[in-house]
Amino acid sequence: MASDNTPYDKLIFEKSRQGRRAFAQAPADLADVDIPAALARNDVPALPEASELQVVRHFTRLSQKNFSIDTHFYPLGSCTMKYNPRACNSLALLPGFTGRHPYAPVEHGQGYMTSMFELQEMLKAVTGMCGVSLTPMAGAQGELAGVAMIRAYHDARGDTERREIIVPDAAHGTNPATANMCGCVVREIPTGPEGDVDIDALKAALGPKTAGIMLTNPSTLGVFERRIKEVAELVHDAGGLLYYDGANLNAILGKVRPGDMDFDVIHMNLHKTFSTPHGGGGPGSGAVGVGERLLPFLPVPVVKAVDTEDGVLYDWADETDYPQSIGRLSGFMGNAGVNLRAYIYMRMVGREGMRRIGEYATLNANYLQVRLREAGFELAFPTRRASHEFIVTLKSEARQFELTAMDIAKALLDYNYHAPTTYFPLLVPECLLIEPTETESKETLDGFVDAMIRIVNDARQGGARFKEAPTSLPVRRLDDHKAARQLDLRFEPDSGEAEEASAA
Amino acid sequence: MAFIPHTDDDTREMLAAIGADSIDDLFDEIPKDLIIESLDGVPEALSEMHVARLMRERSRADSGKLCFIGAGAYEHHIPSAVWELTTRGEFYSAYTPYQAEASQGTLQTIYEYQTMITALTALDVSNASLYDGASGLAEAALMAVRTNRKAKSTDVLLAPGVNPVYRRVADAIAGNQGLNFDYLPVDRSSGTVDFAALDDDATPVAVVIQQPGFLGTLEDVDRLTDWAHERGAMVVAVVNPTSLAVLKAPGHWGGEGADIACGEGQPLGVPLSSGGPYFGFMTTKQKFVRQMPGRIVGRTTDLDGKSGFTLTLQAREQHIRRTKATSNICTNQGLMVTAATIYMSLLGFEGLRRVALASAANTAKLVDVLTAIDGIERAFPAPGFHEALLVLDRPVPPVLEALAREDIQGGFDVSTVLPEWGNGLLVSATETKTDQDIARYAESLSRIMAV
Repeated sequence: MASDNTPYDKLIFEKSRQGRRAFAQAPADLADVDIPAALARNDVPALPEASELQVVRHFTRLSQKNFSIDTHFYPLGSCTMKYNPRACNSLALLPGFTGRHPYAPVEHGQGYMTSMFELQEMLKAVTGMCGVSLTPMAGAQGELAGVAMIRAYHDARGDTERREIIVPDAAHGTNPATANMCGCVVREIPTGPEGDVDIDALKAALGPKTAGIMLTNPSTLGVFERRIKEVAELVHDAGGLLYYDGANLNAILGKVRPGDMDFDVIHMNLHKTFSTPHGGGGPGSGAVGVGERLLPFLPVPVVKAVDTEDGVLYDWADETDYPQSIGRLSGFMGNAGVNLRAYIYMRMVGREGMRRIGEYATLNANYLQVRLREAGFELAFPTRRASHEFIVTLKSEARQFELTAMDIAKALLDYNYHAPTTYFPLLVPECLLIEPTETESKETLDGFVDAMIRIVNDARQGGARFKEAPTSLPVRRLDDHKAARQLDLRFEPDSGEAEEASAA
Repeated sequence: MAFIPHTDDDTREMLAAIGADSIDDLFDEIPKDLIIESLDGVPEALSEMHVARLMRERSRADSGKLCFIGAGAYEHHIPSAVWELTTRGEFYSAYTPYQAEASQGTLQTIYEYQTMITALTALDVSNASLYDGASGLAEAALMAVRTNRKAKSTDVLLAPGVNPVYRRVADAIAGNQGLNFDYLPVDRSSGTVDFAALDDDATPVAVVIQQPGFLGTLEDVDRLTDWAHERGAMVVAVVNPTSLAVLKAPGHWGGEGADIACGEGQPLGVPLSSGGPYFGFMTTKQKFVRQMPGRIVGRTTDLDGKSGFTLTLQAREQHIRRTKATSNICTNQGLMVTAATIYMSLLGFEGLRRVALASAANTAKLVDVLTAIDGIERAFPAPGFHEALLVLDRPVPPVLEALAREDIQGGFDVSTVLPEWGNGLLVSATETKTDQDIARYAESLSRIMAV
């Protein structure tokens, strides 16, 4: 039996007692309703039975076992873990917004609809695109919308053989997975030694089957694709379209626009660039922007402004307005509450603030890159400027004293820093992808460098502490192999008791 | 006003360390003609005070209405503790739990969620959630195709109760992979499947059964599940989680139970919020776990043998498998699942049952008083759950507009998605509605219908 002073680790089910309830939270009366016996539920599923205080205490304590932006520096490359201003949450949770049914008449939602229309307009402005749909519910769904639009564009022209999507080898895993979900074939092309697309390989891949190319710029390698205009020209000349993966938009916000680089479609991760919360893995929002060519294919609904006798009314544009639309991606209108948070953020940041975001995200990354290089860390692309992120490779540390990227990630946790992204991009061995974001101070970055130095020094002097790390967290290094081999995906009272007994 | 902490001294020192003269120098690898001067089209910054004032005005404009709309999203009481806890910074501003040791709060919450949602659906395993109910059905259909390797067909047959919007979403997401979605024949007197008209030679890869149906109907799920299984099809259940407190769980449908259950998680503590963010849940039988899309959390042990939680079966996922992944999804709706887990913990099965029964009872009351009005009839006989289709003797839109002018949201105009049901008005009254609310709606509607 677990002792009584460790209720911290128990599951809510293990705190459950038959007959206990949070009485204020459900109707006092048990209504009498006629459900035919053959369709009715006869068993009692094992949901917890707990008091309100027990539930509050349980989840408060669970929350305290998390690292988060509010509590820790979180330099997770490719994820843009910047400060999530509290106002964005508290204002999005105003009752008029949270209480509105998605099918409520638009006349009962002009506050929300006005905000969404203005959000669409602002996103057009920052990306240089001419149409925006807010319905994709995450970056990967934005990608799906983008590739589906490219496919629909070719099909609408009778160009039905174009089914190849070119993807650089450094791309996010979602890119090839998305192309596959859209019924397209992936052609992977290699990256040159300095991190740019290999132009000769691109030329060789282009042809009459090319539907398009998916690019992230700056790329997942943390460098700007310098020959982007040449890439765009080559792809367009071959009849293909260009897809911009907006994962790294924070790097160029207010400085460069994907539309000006000749991209035809872009998805944005509003949960990265526009600071909506990551929420432990979601919800995100993957708004898409398009150029002229793809405008008819936008996913619906989209907010439109209609002139009426009483002034402008914001209404939904649907399949009637967009008969060639790729259709609907969500049951309603996408992650409306997330979009509202992004809107509030953009209004607080404003035009000048947008530019400063791109600038200071880049300043922080370049500063951190230089500090780490001076401390002896090897950069994956030493001749290049960092964008908003950069890559350190630990291949020599791994060879010399068996300090792997995984080890340093776990050791950083003991220094109260969240780990950078590890082992991505796949083509750089033992890599750390580090993205500080613009909201971190110089002192925080300096502290992180100090921790990195101490971990390597410890390893260099033969210490093995890093293999043991983390030692200061609620659990030590977890056995992932066991998790996959002996699947335990839900609590079952019997197995739990057996485990407790054997542990005692 | 970006949230940037740098003082002028900081910026100078940092540039000096880099060896750059200005921040502009850091962008010197970007072709000059791509750099823009200013972001026209984005307004000047507002302080938090000014944004707060603006948003309060807008929120006020949208509030204070009496809502009888369901159609896939339902207004339920949400205990204060749910969002007080969910928006704690430690949950709110954390990311996907890649570093398990630093994410035990999120991971244990998801493990508890998986346990609760498998209990509700009476199936073995759950993922950590998908985007929403509609896209969840698309993912379930794709999973059924991957799993049912013996089936030659790519036809997915839908019971008449399947939400027509879900069908459109499934088309948009899964259509490019060659799946065909088609409805089974409907018995117009009941709104449920017409068993006599079923094609017994059909060999679909999957049959989707929604319970309760979009129009508030209750399907004979046992019989339809068995029919589908006899044809070698996978059975995908689309269910409302609140209803599972009173209706038979998918795992118990027919002789073998449904193979996959999915649905919209919104009723479990997630606000209506104009349509999102919500979450889609998905559960299945143990033997199909490796074909499931999305994140999955498992329990394991640490170096000291202590119990802990981690993401598992990641070999199915896009960041490892790339083109061969089960889906491109890398999100779970973590925050919404946190809310749902807290909601289910506070209500327990007994609380959920009371909510379900009160909603069903209120809807029955609503239907009684509305059908007493001349020109309004019930489309299908009882029983139902917490939603019912009414048929009006005139077009629905002007009636809803007149109600809206009195701040009543009278229901969902079915003709926008299913014109074959004529002047159909879909209404729902959850436990949040009082007898006075229902009387107010009936009084207004009877006045409007008298014209």
